[in-house]
This record gives sequence, structure tokens and C-alpha cells, in this order.
Amino acid sequence: MTTLFTSDHEWLRIEGDVATIGVTDYAQSQLGDVVFVELPKVGRALKKAEAAAVVESVKAASDVYAPISGEVIEVNEALAAEPALVNSDAGGKAWFFKLKIADKSELGGLMDEAAYKAHTA
Amino acid sequence: MLASDKSSLRRTPLHGLHVARGGKMVPFAGYEMPVQFPAGVLKEHLHTRSAAGLFDVSHMGQLALRAKSGKVEDAALALERLVPQDMVAVAPGRQRYAQFTNSDGGILDDLMVANFGDHLFLVVNAACKAEDEAHLRAHLSDTCIIDSLPDRALIALQGPKAESALAKLCADVTTMRFMDTGPRKVAGFDCFVSRSGYTGEDGFEISVPAEQAEALVALLLDNPDVLPIGLGARDSLRLEAGLCLYGHDLDTTTTPVEGALEWSVQKSRRSGGARAGGFPGAEKILSQFEKGASRRRVGLRAQGRAPVREGALLFADTASTDDIGKVTSGGFGPSLNAPVAMGYLPTALAADGTQIFAEVRGQRLPLQVAAMPFVPNTYKR
Repeated sequence: MTTLFTSDHEWLRIEGDVATIGVTDYAQSQLGDVVFVELPKVGRALKKAEAAAVVESVKAASDVYAPISGEVIEVNEALAAEPALVNSDAGGKAWFFKLKIADKSELGGLMDEAAYKAHTA
Repeated sequence: MLASDKSSLRRTPLHGLHVARGGKMVPFAGYEMPVQFPAGVLKEHLHTRSAAGLFDVSHMGQLALRAKSGKVEDAALALERLVPQDMVAVAPGRQRYAQFTNSDGGILDDLMVANFGDHLFLVVNAACKAEDEAHLRAHLSDTCIIDSLPDRALIALQGPKAESALAKLCADVTTMRFMDTGPRKVAGFDCFVSRSGYTGEDGFEISVPAEQAEALVALLLDNPDVLPIGLGARDSLRLEAGLCLYGHDLDTTTTPVEGALEWSVQKSRRSGGARAGGFPGAEKILSQFEKGASRRRVGLRAQGRAPVREGALLFADTASTDDIGKVTSGGFGPSLNAPVAMGYLPTALAADGTQIFAEVRGQRLPLQVAAMPFVPNTYKR
């Protein structure tokens, strides 16, 4: 299992041909208290860099982009009921959606944890 | 924003204190202001409703309006040439909400006017303060002297614990009621204290000499009931209270009648009143009092949890292509734990309970017209 990061502050956990995607702890700290999460529909084919989900704090709405292309195979319904999970466990329980990876070569452009840490330093 | 841009921003006398307290500073109306503190918007909002929040509103404009005759009544009469409110009836030690109107009946700014016995004290919006001062000078200099008071800071202390917190520094505030105002010694400093605010909560607004602002705020923040609050929670608090934000919910294209501010225009200034009309745009505004306006500011509640934000277009149904109005303020109300918004709708669709739709990210979300305030106010009347 590998964890990769985007410059837009998303994380991807890669297991076989499935990527689980969420936002980073740095992202949640910048967003503030999350009050609403909108998730993509299961079955939707996402293209890399397409707006896939929305996360809203009291003050503002932010898009979550698909870091890679793929089909949405599962979404985290718990986030709809408890958006504050994004603040309390961004890297764990607050995963957003799972993608069936369309093109593994797209993973090449993403950062590992050390590179992401340098990016947010 | 570029660092070079930030250097052109002005700072309030409390800037150092905000930074020391971990305030996240952002540009606002030409000033560097804290949008939130480490507690975050949600906790700051809820703390203000359950205890007390302290807000720096020193970016707002403070002005003194004096009649050359020396009589406050003459200053009030002069100001009535620019606002549709009854200023003469504001008793010494009281204040009233007002609007500067233009010749089309639109609103140039909204403001508070206090009677300090021998002169009027005005508080206007930060983004409009230079224009407001020029407007006063252009129209009232024949009979009045206008002094801006840039050397005063302005803070607001809001919430159910505001009275007990301020009473430790000024015992007299416990006898004040909503919209009472006047000079008071607070911790020995020469302040102007009014029992008013912008949150729907009981509370006070305190004008203090700039050089004493930090000392006064430090004394107030020594009280564990009091937390510093940023602009983010200030906005969610005023939205839940149904209070307008100038430049968003009110502007030069909205009249006081369209803005649902009829309550703020006293009978004496309406048709048939003792001093009817005589303010810019009177013809249009008084006609709207009689015949109604074609659109109206309303409160909006969502059925789901998705916030509907400023700029969202409103529709009568899910299919129609022509919008019927627009959201002018919207977000999430932490005390209601639900989205809240206000916007303009055709008067025929402005009744409480009417269902309309807002377009959010390509979807039509159902909204209901709802009475404001969304959260009941707790003013000490």
C-alpha cells in the first residue's frame, strides 16, 4: 500500500487498482470547521483534475478535484451525516471516495509523503 | 495576495493583539483584519451565543456631527435631509439605525446615529466611510461641522455574558437598555458605550481612544468568558440575526422598502407625517410605501444541509430558465446547525413558507422563504 499526495492537498491510498481519496490534515486546517460534504455518484467516470466533490466550511466552499482518472466505485456516506470527521480524522475515517484507477501512469505525477511535507512547509 | 499589496493595507490599533492571539489576518475594506482566531469560526460563533465575544470593528468610520447653532436638534434636522429616518425624535442618550439614500431611493450606506446631547455621533461602514464623510460635507457644511474621529478604535462585546464582563470595568452599563448610548468611563478610559451590536445578542459597542484600545481589550480578554472573534463568525452571527451587510444585502440599487427596512422609517417621515419626505429619493421610497415594491429582501432556509451562498440564482421551479432573484448573503448557521441565506425575490413570492429553488453547482435546491431573525434576538429592551 502506497500513499501519494497532490499539490491541491489530497491524499491517495493505492491498493491494487483502487485508489482511496481524501483531503490532507493540512487542507482541513486551512478549511476550518467543515459543515457539508458533497460526494460524487457511484459509477461516475472522473477525468483527472475534474471537480469531484465539494467540501464546505461555515465561510466558504472548496472543490476537491480528481487527482487521477477513474470510475467512482464507493463513496463515504458517513461524511454526509458527520462532515466534522474531515476535521477530526482527515487522513483516516474521512476518506471521500474510491476510484478504480483508469491509467496507472497518472500516479507518476504525484508526490510521496516527504515531497508533500516539503510542499506545505 | 502579494506581500507588496498587503503593505498598502491599513491596520487597526488592535493589530498587534490580533497577531499575538493567532488571528488569521486577511484584507477587508482596505484593512488587515482577523477572519478567525485559533478556535475557528464555528466555536467563535457558538461562544458568542453562549458567553461573550469581542470584535474589533475599528475599521468602521466614526464621525461627530455638530450644528453651528450649537443645538443638537439642528444637527438632527440637517441630517434628515440625507436619511429617511426621524432624527429629531432620537432622545439624548439614545441611538437609531438609519440609511443614507440617493436620488433613486437606493442606499448609499447604512449607519447608526447617536444623540450625545450636544451633537450627533455617527458610525458608518468601513468601505463607505470616505464617501460618507464627503457626502456629509457636501450637503451639510452650510449648517454643520463634520469631524471624522480616526483616532478612536471601536470594539463590540456581544453575548449573554457581555454585560457582566463589561460591568467589571463600568458598573453603570447594567442600567443601559437596547440602543442606549453615551460617554462612559470604562476602566478609567473616556469611552462612548452603546448597548447594541451586530449579532442579535445583547451586548455593547465601545468607542475608545486608539492609544487605550489595546489596554481595554486586554482587560476584557482577561475574563475567561470573553474570547476574541474574527470576521468569519461576525458574518455568520449577523446572518442568523437577519441583519443586512451593506454592499451585499443593501446597495445603491435597493431601496429601504425593497430591503424590508420599513420598520426603520418612522411615520413622521412618511406621507402625511410631520416632516414627510425631504430626503434623497423620497418620491420613489414614499411611493413604494403606498404601492409596494416589485421585489423584497427575504430570509431563506434550505431543506438539505448544502449551504446556498451569495450570488446563487433563484428560480420559481426546477425547470424554468429565467431566474427570479439572487442570494445576497448565504452560508451555514452554526447555532441552527443548518444553512441560512437572504436574498431578493419578486414580492408575489416573498411570503413566508413560499418554496423556491436555488441553483447550486448545476442543481436546483429547494428553499423556503422564512421569517427573520433566524435565531431570536436577546436584546435588553
